[in-house]
Amino acid sequence: MKIMVNDEAHDVRATTLAALVEELGYGGARIATALNGGFIPLARRGETALHEGARIEIVAPMQGG
Amino acid sequence: MSAEFYGVSLRSPLMMGTAQYPSPEILREAVQAALPGLVTVSLRRESAGEQAGQSFWSLIRDLNVSVLPNTAGCYTVKEAVTTAHMAREVFNTEWIKLEVIGEPDTLQPDVFGLVEAARILSEDGFKVFPYTTEDLIVAEKLMAAGCEVLMPWGAPIGSGKGLNNVFGLRALRAHFPGVPLVVDAGIGVPSHALRAMELGYDAVMINTAIAGAGDPVTMARAFSLAVEAGVLAREADPMEERDMAVPSTPVIGKAMLS
Repeated sequence: MKIMVNDEAHDVRATTLAALVEELGYGGARIATALNGGFIPLARRGETALHEGARIEIVAPMQGG
Repeated sequence: MSAEFYGVSLRSPLMMGTAQYPSPEILREAVQAALPGLVTVSLRRESAGEQAGQSFWSLIRDLNVSVLPNTAGCYTVKEAVTTAHMAREVFNTEWIKLEVIGEPDTLQPDVFGLVEAARILSEDGFKVFPYTTEDLIVAEKLMAAGCEVLMPWGAPIGSGKGLNNVFGLRALRAHFPGVPLVVDAGIGVPSHALRAMELGYDAVMINTAIAGAGDPVTMARAFSLAVEAGVLAREADPMEERDMAVPSTPVIGKAMLS
């Protein structure tokens, strides 16, 4: 399935957001996720299905002012 | 008597940003030199390969300091609200430094979007620290939206111009005597921070002025001393300013030598 992650094209096997996070190598990392601009909490990643063309954002702590 | 921010007393009225330091090690040393009340942090896209955010988070966690995540770079209510939700999960805190930026040259807050986002987030249990202007009416609307802290700018972010509108900041202080007020943005040198504290502000938020100094660690210490001096000066009840001179040395008993 072709999807966008942080604005980069990926072809993935995962069909849920939780599986995607594992497949891409973020397992265990302190991150937050959004699907098509909407926040998806950690507890809902497993039930959140991906679809062709989905736009995923994966963010993590960063320096800020 | 230090102010409480949503029921929490901070160990220092210095709030430090964590961006723009020459290296993570210098950031760590600067925080250890200044012992700020909290540090601000942000969220950015994480690459699965580098995972830069994970090493940054481990540095901050080891510093054992409170964190205040921001919504920097958000130009719409939706972006800011979504970012706040992501920050709450990542940093495990309901505190959010809410920024809804109006335009890029001044990074002036979009106060209309700010009030709307503050209401949405407050209703959802967030403790909102709104980055705002010194406008009294906007401040009242933010309070009505659920904010219990206000963070007016001193000058545009990163400008180092100091307190651009002392009259406005003083009026805000007088208008909200019981509300924790923080000067956020625009402070360039420790005297600006000291002035904010003398005006009765409860804290100052500093990033570029420390991170952008030639020696950020020494500058962090300088800001820490400046805010402490400001707190002591206010507690000591400063003298009234006068237009005319008043001799400080006693006149009585002066020898007649002319």
